[in-house]
Amino acid sequence: MFKRPHYIAIGLAGLLTLVVLNLPNHTANQIKLAIGSLFLPLFGLAKTSHQVADKAGDLILPRSELIRQNDELRQTNQQLQIRSLQADALMKENDRLRQQIGWQTGWQKQKPWKLKPASVLLRDPANWWQTIEIDLGSRDGMKPDMAVMTTNGLIGKIISVRLASSQVALVGNPNCKVAVMIEKTRETGVISGAASPLDHTLLRLTFLSSNSSLKPGQSVVTSGIGGIFPKDLPVGQVAEDSRPVEFGLYTEARVKLGANLNTLEQVWVLTP
Amino acid sequence: MNWINPILILLTAFIAVFLEAAFGGIRNLLGAQIDLLPALMVYASLSSGFAMVIVLALLGGFWFDSLSANPLGISVLPLLLVGILIYARRGLILREQRFAQLVLGFGASAVTPALTILLLLSTRQAPILGWGTLWQWLVMTLGGGLLTPVCFRLFDGLNHALSYRPISETSFRPDREIRRSRK
Repeated sequence: MFKRPHYIAIGLAGLLTLVVLNLPNHTANQIKLAIGSLFLPLFGLAKTSHQVADKAGDLILPRSELIRQNDELRQTNQQLQIRSLQADALMKENDRLRQQIGWQTGWQKQKPWKLKPASVLLRDPANWWQTIEIDLGSRDGMKPDMAVMTTNGLIGKIISVRLASSQVALVGNPNCKVAVMIEKTRETGVISGAASPLDHTLLRLTFLSSNSSLKPGQSVVTSGIGGIFPKDLPVGQVAEDSRPVEFGLYTEARVKLGANLNTLEQVWVLTP
Repeated sequence: MNWINPILILLTAFIAVFLEAAFGGIRNLLGAQIDLLPALMVYASLSSGFAMVIVLALLGGFWFDSLSANPLGISVLPLLLVGILIYARRGLILREQRFAQLVLGFGASAVTPALTILLLLSTRQAPILGWGTLWQWLVMTLGGGLLTPVCFRLFDGLNHALSYRPISETSFRPDREIRRSRK
């Protein structure tokens, strides 16, 4: 059936794979990044084709529609500027009140978020992981563990960084556990994974205290515990009543993520 | 040696891995992404040499893992196993038959992700699994299986168009022609 050279080839291929599988994480990641860099020209090509398609779409948009959109954006911009002024005033007032009651230590003070926009380049080709690749890398100041969000809330954190792109583990991925709390009741828990492999926006909220009773619709935000995600980032809403697990040791609930992970195109990275 | 076929297979594998990552149309529609590497492995193991089977398993697996959260190399072993099994029995398989291609495609597309998940679990990884995984597995099996005859058709067509083929000689010899004439 097989000749001697065949067995040698099989042995060598198996050996090479086993060696690569047993490499230290850091080395394996470096090799992974190097192999992944081979796809850079295709990333560029895909990005350019998207841009060309967008520009082609812009060309056929009627002028009246552009003027209407421009007016809408101008109005939204003005509203946001007013809100920003109001937020600045509230922040100053908050600082003043903190000083009056003696809370001047840095870690208690809420810092304004610095955001960097990024485009989603690609998604994990394997169905059993939830990761995306964004077009910001180490040259843009990206580092592992930076939080990534959309306007609808948190979506994940950076897990590995290349020169021009970074891999983001989405919320629900086992590599991206999030310490959260219920906004109103301040009960804390951990989002530890996706509730279903098909619906990635439905997440398992675990390690809630045994006497907590959550109701659908309650807002879930990051608790800031753990230090990776800043406090009060919106995450989603409780999707169903909580139920006791592990013989009543703690309570568990399902959370519907605010952001739609299937339609991610533009995301924001929170930089320190 | 004809290099067109191996180059085409590897180029297709490279582009297929990129497209699986870059375009999520099928994933958004059916909840799972279809993997083309097992279908390519079926074609390679029935149409190319043993070296090609090994190279496709290694490169395809490494390319796939480099864009995924998989540990590097985990996809190589299932592809290699599928390739070796088919190559070992290639003498008994009627590669021209659509039905054979379809069955092999289904088998390869079912075995590859199942083995990958088993390997992931045995290396203490925690992939996202649940009842929905069965649906994803079904989509991958059906999708990969249906794409296998397409692969055969595409590559056979490309080979036919691009490869050198020796001119077949006819049995006609002018010196042995029977001359007929009227007396």
